[in-house]
Amino acid sequence: MITKKNVEHISWLSRIKLTEEEKEKFTKQLNYILDYFETLDEVEADVPPTHHILGITNVFRDDVAKKSISQEGALENAPKKERGYFKGPRIV
Amino acid sequence: MKDVIIGLEIHIQLNKLRSKLFCSCSTKYHDSEPDTHTCPVCLGLPGTLPVINRKAVDSAIKVALALNCEIEEWTMFYRKNYYYPDLVKGFQISQYDYPIAIDGKINIEIEDVEREIRIKRVHMEEDPGRLIHVGTIDRSRYSLIDYNRSGMALLEVVTEPDLRTPKEARIFLNKLKNILEYLDVFDSSLEGSLRSDANISLAGGARAEIKNISSYKGVEKALLFEIVRQNNLVRRGVKVVQETRHFDEARGVTISLRTKEGEEDYRYFPEQDLVPFTILDRVDDIKKTLPELPDAKRKRFVLKYGISDNHAKVLISELGLANFFEIVATELDAKLSATWIADVLKGELNYRDLDISAFSPDHIIQILQMLEKDKITENGAVQIIRTIMDEGGKPSEIVDRKGLLKIETDASENIVLLVLEENPAAVQDYLGGKEESLHYLMGQVMKKTRGRADPNTVSELLKKKLGC
Amino acid sequence: MRQRKRGDISRVPGLFSMNINGMRELFNSGNSVEETIHSTFDKIERSKLNAFITLSKEIALEEARILDKNGAKGMLGGIPIGIKDSISTKGIQTTCGSKILEGYVPPYDAHVIERLKLEGAIIIGKTNMDEFAMGTSTETSYFGPTRNPWDLKRVPGGSSGGSAAAVAGGEAPIALGSDTGGSVRCPASFCGVVGLKPTYGLVSRYGLIAYANSLEQIGPFARNVKDVALLLDVIAGYDSKDSTSINEKCEYLKALRYDVSDVKIGVPKEYFGEGIDEDVEKAVWKGIKTLEDMGASYTEISLKHTKYSLAAYYIIAMSEASSNLARFDGLRYGLRLEKDKDWHNTFSEIKAQGFGEEVKRRILLGTYALSAGYYGKYYLKALKVRTLIKRDFESALKDTSVLITPTMPFPAFKIGEKIGDPLALYLADVNTVPINLAGVPSISVPCGFSGKLPIGMQIIGRHFDEATVLRTAYAFEQGGGCDT
Repeated sequence: MITKKNVEHISWLSRIKLTEEEKEKFTKQLNYILDYFETLDEVEADVPPTHHILGITNVFRDDVAKKSISQEGALENAPKKERGYFKGPRIV
Repeated sequence: MKDVIIGLEIHIQLNKLRSKLFCSCSTKYHDSEPDTHTCPVCLGLPGTLPVINRKAVDSAIKVALALNCEIEEWTMFYRKNYYYPDLVKGFQISQYDYPIAIDGKINIEIEDVEREIRIKRVHMEEDPGRLIHVGTIDRSRYSLIDYNRSGMALLEVVTEPDLRTPKEARIFLNKLKNILEYLDVFDSSLEGSLRSDANISLAGGARAEIKNISSYKGVEKALLFEIVRQNNLVRRGVKVVQETRHFDEARGVTISLRTKEGEEDYRYFPEQDLVPFTILDRVDDIKKTLPELPDAKRKRFVLKYGISDNHAKVLISELGLANFFEIVATELDAKLSATWIADVLKGELNYRDLDISAFSPDHIIQILQMLEKDKITENGAVQIIRTIMDEGGKPSEIVDRKGLLKIETDASENIVLLVLEENPAAVQDYLGGKEESLHYLMGQVMKKTRGRADPNTVSELLKKKLGC
Repeated sequence: MRQRKRGDISRVPGLFSMNINGMRELFNSGNSVEETIHSTFDKIERSKLNAFITLSKEIALEEARILDKNGAKGMLGGIPIGIKDSISTKGIQTTCGSKILEGYVPPYDAHVIERLKLEGAIIIGKTNMDEFAMGTSTETSYFGPTRNPWDLKRVPGGSSGGSAAAVAGGEAPIALGSDTGGSVRCPASFCGVVGLKPTYGLVSRYGLIAYANSLEQIGPFARNVKDVALLLDVIAGYDSKDSTSINEKCEYLKALRYDVSDVKIGVPKEYFGEGIDEDVEKAVWKGIKTLEDMGASYTEISLKHTKYSLAAYYIIAMSEASSNLARFDGLRYGLRLEKDKDWHNTFSEIKAQGFGEEVKRRILLGTYALSAGYYGKYYLKALKVRTLIKRDFESALKDTSVLITPTMPFPAFKIGEKIGDPLALYLADVNTVPINLAGVPSISVPCGFSGKLPIGMQIIGRHFDEATVLRTAYAFEQGGGCDT
């Protein structure tokens, strides 16, 4: 059973601010969806988990440096920038 | 004082690679403008995918072998989910279960006693970008971010909580740095090449994690501060809380970064954009490429060259210095070489904040050859070394220019007689039993010869002439 | 410069239902690519479907003029194509159906876009979709729902609803979608077109904005199997920028034959019966019988772990999504607050404002499923169940060459009809999600109608055996399967 407090915690973990209304609604909805997920408890799955579906391994590239994009190109989509840097919010 | 328990997590930037861990951007950004070494992958643009740099994995295996770790047969990457402005994807590609290596150890020397520090694990991860706080972290109005560093290959070495003092932590870090330099996987002179998180608790108390200390000395300073801080809390009866703290290098203090909102939970899960990999098949080949490591070199120096363990210890502390020594020792007496390199040359370099690459082995060979042939005095040799460092030039030319050729006994005798004549009072004092007067007279002779006379010869001559 | 006579080309009979070959013949016989593209835009601009989020008219017309000058070379020379807005296009806004990416213009092309450009295809725009591909109806798009060309009151299916509607509505002969749990096949089924989800690893995902990266593939849409095969020929193949990509490509168009005499069909009983609309069930069985009449054989089989697929699928998809969608923090691109607060409040508010309700719901669920103490119960368990489901398929496909099921349990529903009940909408994916879990290829081909609404039949094959899947679909289509 997931509580409003749980929802607040995962809202914090996922950095999505929720309104009180959303908290109530999601608490309810998450509960009945998670109830549905409980069906997996019936399965005895004594098998390894799937990683790549076809089981491929060892994919690498060689250590070769290629051209980067320009500073202008890097910052092109940035909503806020300053002197060639991306501008971010304060930390505290 | 209570027992102190310290564990370190050290992030080593594999900056000798040509490209980043998951993309082909160059690693040579250290002297560049911000955000000039990025691409859609290391900027985390939507839709981009990582591809592992094979050489980064090989470097990791090298380090793991040098730290006496067990290499895992099967390894994979995970996502570590957390938010920070320097992290482009909202997660860091890192390792969790199945790291590349576990259970290693290295020995450190604490006041001539060897101690084993256990290595819990070695794993690979990507470096975040660099966050600049305009002002200080706790007072800044905004931050600036340079993503040149984003995606650089990092190795994280995690120790068991085996360290007991801040000084031990520093010694451990020096040893680790020494090993890494021998392996040629990183250049410690580059900014941000080695950064540590330190966990520290006083016996029975909660653990503080000090994040992202960017220098070796910083680790010791931060830990010393923490011990005082935690002891003060205990003394005042305040409970030490488990928390993450930031080290403010400039102020030498640690600051709490705790947020009221909640505890982090990294939600590790497999990175499905990469596939697992097996590395055991490569370990044998990589083992063959491992160079002689510091401990082995130190033993060999003592055995092969017959030099003292103390000299060997100094010589192996830098790979460049060790190589320098071996070049010189093939030409000259090894003990003489060791003494001059470890005691004199290293001291003069340290005094000037230079490293061994600033001095040519040919020069020290020439200087020591002159010394062996008795052409110059020890004092003269030191003067030549200092002159080369301060002004440049070649040893033979400096000897000529500064007139450093050693004065023959005959010439010395004349100067001794002159000094005795000029200093009757001192002579009287000495004859009257005042031993120190001999030193004074000695000094006068050396002054007149500008150090070129052999001190032993002068001393004997003085005593002879004074009739003792 | 020659004056363009508006409407010239659109008077070519059947332009808007023309296949690739027809169009190429049109160009070869001297008709202008530019005017074709113009007519296409004319049609789209008058359309009520809302199939496109962004039109790249200027770029497309420029491309067309170049092709007219130099000759429309390449496998897709001059052919207009719609691209799902989850696929990155250099210089063209790519929003993934979300407010949070409004205005984002990628500085790079997805691998599939590079391939399309090499073959001369003309990108006419970015098609509408459920926000971040999270939906079965294209109703969760920030840019409004797309309508089903067969009935404007109904959904086109999702999440690649814009691509399917564009192809069905004559706005593009071909389109690309992406399929995480049915997002190509569902709208293909609802809109009466052909849509394929390739084997995981066949088509590079580089440039596809991730929803659930261990499940999804880019897939082609067209009005017939031949064009789907041709489009797959263009986009499939190994890409060194995608570590999960595999070099197992073959020639798909060449594999098409009007012959199914060697095809052994498996009919999994779990995919029929309860919850499946009667018309749908009838139409699919009729399709199977048609193939039997053409020489194929069929047996009923069982895929034991089918009932766990939906839960496993949603746990995996939501968990991965919660991480994949973490990057939208407004620093490097995308929505940003005018006035920043401290960093975590800034991020939290950007996401609150930028994400729609369904996206939030899935991120929250995924975050919960991965959080301390629940990883083993949810994500890890789902990955293990995934192994069981994959084994089901592998063993069923040992004795059969394809499996046939209804694509969707019912035909297109009304806009607004199911959006209020998330779980009910999730359940609609019951026949498509197991295929993504198993990583096998699967196509939806039209096989009949329920009233005036099309029905899709799903043909599933072995890993990397798209050739047999396409051949079966082709033979069925040619054998009179269903004329839409």
